[in-house]
Amino acid sequence: MKQESGTTEAALIERILAGEKELFHELIRPYERRVYLTVFSMVKNETEAEDAAQETVISAYRHLASFRGDAKFSTWLTTIAINEGRKRLRKAKRAAEESIEEQAEGHEGDFTPAPLTDWREIPLEALERKELRQALRSAVAELPDIYRQVFTLRDLEELNVEETAEALGINPGAVKVRLHRARMMLQKRLVPFLKSTARASRAFFGRAL
Amino acid sequence: MKMDCKHVWEHISEYIDDSVDAKLREDIERHLEHCEICSAILDSTRNILILTADNLTFELPVGYSERLHARLARELETAKQD
Repeated sequence: MKQESGTTEAALIERILAGEKELFHELIRPYERRVYLTVFSMVKNETEAEDAAQETVISAYRHLASFRGDAKFSTWLTTIAINEGRKRLRKAKRAAEESIEEQAEGHEGDFTPAPLTDWREIPLEALERKELRQALRSAVAELPDIYRQVFTLRDLEELNVEETAEALGINPGAVKVRLHRARMMLQKRLVPFLKSTARASRAFFGRAL
Repeated sequence: MKMDCKHVWEHISEYIDDSVDAKLREDIERHLEHCEICSAILDSTRNILILTADNLTFELPVGYSERLHARLARELETAKQD
């Protein structure tokens, strides 16, 4: 999801603001996936997420003139998506915000991974199994909100720590802590789905992360 | 200094992100060399992240992009008439 060059993007934005509105389609295209996943991680419902993604894009278009070059366009757009998601969560459940805060305190302690010894080498076929993907989706969906949001931005959408912090309005240290906890919770949840698989080639692990 | 497993676990995430300093990295790697449990935890976590980043795991609804651009086109059309 890397953008080749910021200058092309800046030029695109300038042209859109100067009147070539149709170019907004091109500007937004690389980020469609990110916008959807961001709002989906919050509202957790496909129809609502799609609607929220559309609102995000329309809102970004309408407010493009207020975008300043000191932030990345992608981060700015992500912030709009997060605000759209929050708006919907508030509407759906007044208490949502408070409970999100409480979760930060409520999960002290248990963020250790699940020890295991017998599935170090997961065969590629196992990783491609549909059930594993499904299990991962469910596990992510069940993460407490504050962890799921950070995990989504960092590991799904591949924003860096600073961008994630900026988009969520939290400090980079909190991003790291939440990300670590999210990953450990997922590791723990998914161990049973991987454990029974047989050993196979190591070749897969040559893949860089 | 010899690291224990718990200490390694605390830094697994940063280790994966390559944001630990050189000394800590070295300590972790020395520990991983002889600790099957921590190596397995590291590998499993890495694999979960590979799977997460894979577009097939988190798919977009069919037709999402088309509908998004159609909606945007309507917006651009309205804006033009202003």
